[in-house]
Amino acid sequence: MIWTRRAIPWRDIGVPLAVLFLALALWEALVRWKNIPPYILPAPSVILAKLIEDRQLLFSSLLVTLGVTFEALVIATFCGVALALLIAQSKWLERALLPFAITLQVTPIIAIAPLLLVYLQPGNAVLVCAFLVAFFPILSNTSLGLASVDFGLRDLFDLYRASPWQKLIYLRLPSALPQFLAGLRIGGGLALIGAIVAELAAGASGQGTGLAYRIVEAGFRLDIPRMFAALALISLSGLAIYGALAALSYVLLRGWHESARAQDE
Amino acid sequence: MSARDIADVQVTAPALVSLREVGKTFPNGLVALANYDLDVREGEILTLLGPSGCGKSTVLRLIAGLASPTAGVINWSAPQVKNNIGVVFQDATLLPWASVFDNVFLPLRLKGVPREAASPRIEEALAHVGLLNFSRALPRELSGGMRMRCAIARALVTRPTLMMMDEPFAALDEVTRFKLNDDLLALKRRFGATIVFVTHSVFEAAYLSTRIVVMSRRAGRLIDEIEIDPAIPRDDDYRSSKTFADMCRRASQALRVSIEEATP
Repeated sequence: MIWTRRAIPWRDIGVPLAVLFLALALWEALVRWKNIPPYILPAPSVILAKLIEDRQLLFSSLLVTLGVTFEALVIATFCGVALALLIAQSKWLERALLPFAITLQVTPIIAIAPLLLVYLQPGNAVLVCAFLVAFFPILSNTSLGLASVDFGLRDLFDLYRASPWQKLIYLRLPSALPQFLAGLRIGGGLALIGAIVAELAAGASGQGTGLAYRIVEAGFRLDIPRMFAALALISLSGLAIYGALAALSYVLLRGWHESARAQDE
Repeated sequence: MSARDIADVQVTAPALVSLREVGKTFPNGLVALANYDLDVREGEILTLLGPSGCGKSTVLRLIAGLASPTAGVINWSAPQVKNNIGVVFQDATLLPWASVFDNVFLPLRLKGVPREAASPRIEEALAHVGLLNFSRALPRELSGGMRMRCAIARALVTRPTLMMMDEPFAALDEVTRFKLNDDLLALKRRFGATIVFVTHSVFEAAYLSTRIVVMSRRAGRLIDEIEIDPAIPRDDDYRSSKTFADMCRRASQALRVSIEEATP
């Protein structure tokens, strides 16, 4: 069965894991051979030990960061899809709203974060930053999907005099699903980046509880192994978010969309 | 009733829809049709034959209401005919995310028919095209011929008075095309809809049609109109008969004239 075969893609997981273990082994050997002190470059074993030692602190911070990321992604999904639907209804709305969405997208979030920290509570500022970066890919991809309905199917719905609501439910939304999910995958990663960037800005001003704040805090104390441990957790979180959204995309598109078909083959 | 009488009935049957001096000019200035007249008679299989760009598909789209004429009028024998048209496009045009059953259900769903009430009609349509055992399959899992059968079942499920078919079998291999031609004739006998068929193939036109209209590349001009006795059984004997060969020859000659007109 296709699903079973896809559930254990050993080749896809095994090869990068082997490369990772090889790189970690080389890193470990180099640090031991050259006697590099941990405050310059800690060995992977030291980072792992730190991760275990500080697990309570690091994992509680991770939960804060993931909570913000998830919350921002949900709001960005809701707002992105809602605005895409509005834009799809009228060229005038597109002309009126899209430039503002693009402006928000092209303005670097690192430049917006300090301002948001001035006007908002640190927690809300982090949430808004994560939302802002996740919002645009969801909006633009969903808009593209809603506008890319097959002409033949459009004719078919016109022939049967489908109402605008029927066209939306039975044609436009399912047609836009692949692009929406692609936007969601990008948005998921960006929401984490936005949350981290905002936490770094908040951390620089001495406020915050998220994982990036722990990096800033460890940097002040020259606790380099803890910085690496927090960094490893962020990377793993990003991979987990991408993997979960890719899996969701596969489940929803399996059987009918070319992207899921390409994975099957 | 003799075969000749049946043919006479065919010729004198009332028009379901009439196009009078119909023109279609696209916004870019391209004239697809000009002063075009056509009667679609009740019960016939009318084939529009002509080179690419002669306006065959435009005629179909105008009749189906998918485009509006920029000149002339389209008269319907009754409003309910206009509101009960089935269309089969060149591509099967199925919803890729929906099962065969849901694809056939679509026209009824859009008319507000509940799933339970629609079920017997969907199953009947699927049975007629031989897809009842594939009702849960997704379009991707079907062959090209099966996808087209699904599109035909979808067009038939509303029991249309008029079926419009725009080169539906063009992308299929010869064997599948022959089989679907026979299946279409069997469905026509069962459901009795009037069919307007667009094709490039003179053989398909001569086999299926009771009337062939050969269109000129010059917008709206008619090259030839060929009546084929509807009483002649359409089978392998007909494919190898002199009558079939004569019809193909006449349609080919008209098509050649049409293509020569198109060449500058």
